Amino acid sequence: MSGYIAVGQGSCGIAAGAANVYAALSEKLADRADIALKTVGCIGMCWLEPIVDLYDNDCLTARLVHVSPADADRIVTAAESGDLSGIADLVITAEDSAFLAKQTRIALRNCGIIDPTSLESARAAGGYSALAKILTGEGMTPEQVIECIKVSGLAGRGGAGFPTWFKWNAARQAPGDEKYLICNADEGDPGAFMDRAVIESDPHTLIEGMLIAAYAIGAREAIVYVRAEYPLAIKRLTRAIGQAREAGLIGDNIMGSGFSCDFRIKAGAGAFVCGEETALIESLQGSRGMPRLKPPFPAQAGYWYKPSNINNVETFANVAWIISNGGAAFAAMGTPDSKGTKVFALTGKVRRSGLVEIPMGMTLRDVIFGIGGGIRGGGSFKAVQMGGPSGGCISASLLDTVIDYKALGATGAIMGSGGMVVMDDSTCMVSMAKFFLDFTAKESCGKCVHCRIGTKRMQEILTRIVAGEGVPEDIGLLEELCLAVRDGALCGLGQTAPNPVLTTLRYFRGEFEAHTDPEHRRCPAHACQALLTYSVDAEKCRGCTLCAKKCPVGAISGTVKQPHAIDKDRCIRCGQCYAACRFGAVIKD
Amino acid sequence: MQKGCDLTRLDPVLAEYAGVPGSLITVLQHTQELYGYLPHEAICYIAQKTGTTPAKVMGVATFYTQFRFQPVGKYHIMLCDGTACHVNGSAGIAQAVCQHLGIEPGGTTEDGLFTLSIVACLGCCSLSPVMTVNEDAYGSLTPARAVEILDGLRAKEVQA
Repeated sequence: MSGYIAVGQGSCGIAAGAANVYAALSEKLADRADIALKTVGCIGMCWLEPIVDLYDNDCLTARLVHVSPADADRIVTAAESGDLSGIADLVITAEDSAFLAKQTRIALRNCGIIDPTSLESARAAGGYSALAKILTGEGMTPEQVIECIKVSGLAGRGGAGFPTWFKWNAARQAPGDEKYLICNADEGDPGAFMDRAVIESDPHTLIEGMLIAAYAIGAREAIVYVRAEYPLAIKRLTRAIGQAREAGLIGDNIMGSGFSCDFRIKAGAGAFVCGEETALIESLQGSRGMPRLKPPFPAQAGYWYKPSNINNVETFANVAWIISNGGAAFAAMGTPDSKGTKVFALTGKVRRSGLVEIPMGMTLRDVIFGIGGGIRGGGSFKAVQMGGPSGGCISASLLDTVIDYKALGATGAIMGSGGMVVMDDSTCMVSMAKFFLDFTAKESCGKCVHCRIGTKRMQEILTRIVAGEGVPEDIGLLEELCLAVRDGALCGLGQTAPNPVLTTLRYFRGEFEAHTDPEHRRCPAHACQALLTYSVDAEKCRGCTLCAKKCPVGAISGTVKQPHAIDKDRCIRCGQCYAACRFGAVIKD
Repeated sequence: MQKGCDLTRLDPVLAEYAGVPGSLITVLQHTQELYGYLPHEAICYIAQKTGTTPAKVMGVATFYTQFRFQPVGKYHIMLCDGTACHVNGSAGIAQAVCQHLGIEPGGTTEDGLFTLSIVACLGCCSLSPVMTVNEDAYGSLTPARAVEILDGLRAKEVQA
């Protein structure tokens, strides 16, 4: 059997131990010429990492999951004989395989399949053929490229969902020879990691998409603004840019067409607001990343006040496919309002978490239950958070909402960059709202009073509600502040900062009311420490004394083999007795 | 610690970016790589050499979470508190790590070995809760496992 073994080495895979698996396999294969060992990126089945794929003549014969370095010997034996019986326990189950089978991959088409460190590998998968289609032979004019993107219906995948062709056209039409193309890879939404996966797994697709966009708008310089928290992505992209430059795909007179474009990477320094395009431009210019007043839009006055176009990584990752296959093929997928596919980062309390790319128009239920396998650990579905700090929490009653920009917007959440964090009944929604306000209050750049002070006041109110000091009037006050911040902020960060509060108030108002009930404040999810009461069920208690020994404040009394009791005034609600009891006799309420 | 920091180490960086407009953040990133943090003297030096004021440089540096103004420990723990990690119990990990090391988030242990930072999202959401220690990431943490990892690192130091 001649073939190769591929080890998935994205950041997630490496964190799960893939580098050690690679090292072990490398040692076993050191003096073997018949079986090659390759690095591939992230296939997006993160819950199964580390993942090893066996290929025979470029055909996947087996996908092995949860592999450890100790398995190296039998993997090599199976690879050389083609007999998988010795590694049957490692082979992915049919149920888990369905995670991929139910997806349609365009932006992620090469992720986890090609070697992200090799230009040849990218080219073998069709890399740079769309660029060649535009620049060589009959070619395409910039206007034809923009028209093709217009037909495709591609919209910005970073969150706002603005039509891509419109931005390209505006930058193309803007007067001036000095124009810039910028890629926003400052993936700041907590819970979203598709851009990292694309850069780590298929950097040449990003470069190709950017070159096509640069050609369309007439830019001679392209800049990728990457989060500093993504060192592996920066390393692989730097390498890919070097390879492309050496191959004449970046630089002067690309493919002999007369089109020239140079590339560089700029590492961000950690500021959520820099996901906003004008703030990103300020940061690129070496300043504090504070948003500018629009208009003028970046297409007219962007980087150094020259016409500039900014798109997100996932948007660019679709471009080469659209040029190769035609705009109509992309537009054939999706809903009348939203075309093509979208990548989601499915995480939280879901059984199968990872990257999911699906055509628009599937329902949330299809994704969370059909692909994600439902709730992990026996709890029941409570909500899904979409769109990060600018988005909202969608309740179980809306699980049949279809995924498109309009339908998701109607729920009060947003498509956003595609973070999909699933929550079960152990998650307190008031505490969740507080979590997001902690984030936005910290990340507010301070330019607008409503955002700077409004988010702070909202955070304070939510903090006191969670601490058991809330009053019923707090709910009305929160609502008033939400509207004021939304209307009084200049940029997207401020305007959308109230969304997590507005949506939790809309779908989980009862939880806010329970937390602030003057008669009996309580947390229905039993998550807010200050609102819990612990007691002992005398019938279940065996008097083993373990809880009394664990209690750090001596609040539990009782003698051996007699039911114990908790002094509620002394109890600090640390929960150690609850965790320690082996008979389920400590009750949390 | 700040007194006596060798500012000449900054000269090659400043020379490289002297003609590049808008490169202040990149210069600060290189500075932090050199010293492990941004010493006050270095901020003044950069301002002087680039023809701006220390206030301007400080304004930019304090805007971004990447920049530090105090030295960090040998092991820099970044504990993720992104949404997925939060839902999967990062608060419990933070509590256990703080208690075990006897420091608050942002603090450094007395022996200079560990610094703990709570960060927004490391982008490894599927392995939540996650922390990184220097370059290495650890996923699917429990409070006990986090403490075990730190003890392992400390034991390695004692042996060395």
